[in-house]
Amino acid sequence: MAAQPETIEQVRAVTEQKYKYGFTTDIESDVAPKGLNEDIVRFISAKKNEPEWLLEWRLKAFRVWQTMEEPQWAAVSFPPIDYQDAHYYAAPKMKAGPKSLDEVDPELLKTYAKLGIPLREQEILAGVEGSEGKSPAIAVDAVFDSVSVATTFKAKLEEMGIIFCAISEAVQKHPDLVKKYLGSVVPYTDNFYATLNCAVFTDGSFVYIPKGVRCPMELSTYFRINQANTGQFERTLIIADAGSYVSYLEGCTAPKRDENQLHAAVVELVAHDDATIKYSTVQNWYPGNEEGVGGIYNFVTKRGACRGKNSKISWTQVETGSAITWKYPSCILQGDNSVGEFYSVAITNNFQQADTGTKMIHIGKNTRSTIVSKGISAGKAQQTYRGLVKILPKAEGARNHTQCDSLLIGDQCGAHTVPYIESRNRSARIEHEATTAKISEDQLFYCRQRGISEEDAVSLIVNGFCKEVLKELPMEFAVEAQKLVGISLEGSVG
Amino acid sequence: MIEIKNLHAKVDGKDILKGVDLTIRPGEVHAIMGPNGAGKSTLSYVLAGRDGYEVTKGSVTYYGKDLLALEPEERAAAGVFLAFQYPVEIPGVANTTFLKTALNAIRKHRGEKELDAMQFLKLLREKTKALGMSDEMLKRAVNVGFSGGEKKRNETLQMAVLEPKFAVLDETDSGLDIDALKIVAEGVNALRSPERSMLVITHYQRLLDYIVPDHVHVLAAGRIVKSGGKELALELEKNGYRDFGVNEAA
Ligand SMILES: Nc1ncnc2c1ncn2[C@@H]1O[C@H](COP(=O)(O)OP(=O)(O)OP(=O)(O)O)[C@@H](O)[C@H]1O
Ligand SMILES: [Mg+2]
Repeated sequence: MAAQPETIEQVRAVTEQKYKYGFTTDIESDVAPKGLNEDIVRFISAKKNEPEWLLEWRLKAFRVWQTMEEPQWAAVSFPPIDYQDAHYYAAPKMKAGPKSLDEVDPELLKTYAKLGIPLREQEILAGVEGSEGKSPAIAVDAVFDSVSVATTFKAKLEEMGIIFCAISEAVQKHPDLVKKYLGSVVPYTDNFYATLNCAVFTDGSFVYIPKGVRCPMELSTYFRINQANTGQFERTLIIADAGSYVSYLEGCTAPKRDENQLHAAVVELVAHDDATIKYSTVQNWYPGNEEGVGGIYNFVTKRGACRGKNSKISWTQVETGSAITWKYPSCILQGDNSVGEFYSVAITNNFQQADTGTKMIHIGKNTRSTIVSKGISAGKAQQTYRGLVKILPKAEGARNHTQCDSLLIGDQCGAHTVPYIESRNRSARIEHEATTAKISEDQLFYCRQRGISEEDAVSLIVNGFCKEVLKELPMEFAVEAQKLVGISLEGSVG
Repeated sequence: MIEIKNLHAKVDGKDILKGVDLTIRPGEVHAIMGPNGAGKSTLSYVLAGRDGYEVTKGSVTYYGKDLLALEPEERAAAGVFLAFQYPVEIPGVANTTFLKTALNAIRKHRGEKELDAMQFLKLLREKTKALGMSDEMLKRAVNVGFSGGEKKRNETLQMAVLEPKFAVLDETDSGLDIDALKIVAEGVNALRSPERSMLVITHYQRLLDYIVPDHVHVLAAGRIVKSGGKELALELEKNGYRDFGVNEAA
């Protein structure tokens, strides 16, 4: 798939600024009062016009959450979060549910264009180019603060029976599907942040691919936090029915703010027999400034269930932003011969902290998993890879290969690898490799002697280091990700 | 024109260069020979601007500019190229990507238009063929797993692509088999031009049969102790460095 010219243009623009997404949009928004209690949960549910069962589910989650404590095991540290001091709902003011882009506030469209997601052009271009058989651009669902503002290419997808819409819309239009799958992979009791999300999630994307359908384009969601003092709690649910295929991409940005903002998302994936879900993330939330002030707390629960035989779920993530990242995209390999993959690049610079990794739970026979984690630390950043490979007794012939590589830039940062392995089946084969390297003075001088500036040299070397992972990304985003890798390491040498 | 005057340099607190004087005019090829540890590579690093090589005295004027005031990448953009005695490995970075990045960085620095992928590949193919290198080597990571000779050939390829104005070749002949030596020498000769100067560091007069120098210098103990024409290399081959008060085995 060829990159859109404007995507390329935007990518070029990206290189010119440190965090170019640090603008705020001047839009009147509809904000819930600060604080968190049952009334707020009811308020959100009412705003969304939700059915009774969903409100009940939220309330159950909220009650459980009140009894839970924040997890302490991750190797990250931050001052206690005052959960009462945030808004749990903020929506740009507009008539409920825009039917087409014409109903979307032009300010919002401008915001997305600035982010490199020209929603309108996408549709127009596709209208002109949209020759059959060739995949057109990318279908985008744009989430602004708490609300999904626009989904492109809807009609085209609907023809194939593919549902791609805001989860709030799916609740109205496809309640049976939502009811059947919501919380079926990440239950409302799962963990502190996921449970909080169940209680107060506001929007997110919903995808359903019918039996035997290969989704002809990349589906993509862009999340943006605009409002000050809001948390973003989006919820994504993707279901690939038997024999189907979908590739989904998530991108994230937020304006620069001095206070920390919480982002606690939940993503659930379900793959039935012979289905494949490829889920890619380019996470570029505001990381805070050079002194470590501000930035997003990215506490996310992502989990996929390979329910059917021969199903496959592949996570690819490029994590360059956020002040703190806490996430472990996981696969539950239930179906026989199912496959789980986790490809990760995590970059931490300045005062960023990341504790990330994956869990591969092998339940079915001949299940296979691959983990490739590339961690890059610079400045005073700290990073931990934390991974669990668990083989249950019935997982005859299960296999896992884990490769964990760390690259350090400078001598004030740290990288740690914490693999947990639990095998309860003797026939299982588990391999773990780990390496740690530094960018050497020799390499930098060699590049500079060839005319490449120190910063470009770092970017080149780091991109080489993470190539295995970047090549898993859809083409358009691989280019963007490469640039991001360079930008996020600016100022890390010299 | 490159004028090195009374150049003194320190590495790790140790004086290595102790007053090097050398003038290279456009189009000239100078060879430097000298015993191990004499400071030949040190001189090449100082010219290229490597960190940790501290110039304590003297000057280097490069076409009227103070070369020592420039950053390494600025020197490269100004046309200074160093073929390393020990080329460096860069895992994961394809040779092609590396070369394209380098060439475009230099072009950009000079205010020239960057080459797109097609233009670059065309250029690269020509140069690769001339040096008898395989396409496969271009796809591989920079110098990773290359044999000693392949690394040297790769340095020559980089030089051919970047077309420097002043090239320093530090023992580019070491580790090359007889055929490769000829190919590399031809590659170097093809670059000889009235505008381009070269400083060829070598231990073997054999290379100078192929790349015929205008001047030959002996660097010993951080100084140029003797200069002459091509015949000096033959003399050295016969007598070693003992005439210069150096024990060759040291
Ligand atoms: N980092 C360093 N610390 C201390 N001494 C150093 C350092 N680098 C080089 N030297 C010393 O400087 C001297 C000159 O080294 P240089 O590499 O320039 O020699 P050379 O003439 O290129 O030798 P060869 O023919 O073996 O390549 C040697 O004695 C070497 O040990
Ligand atoms: Mg040497």
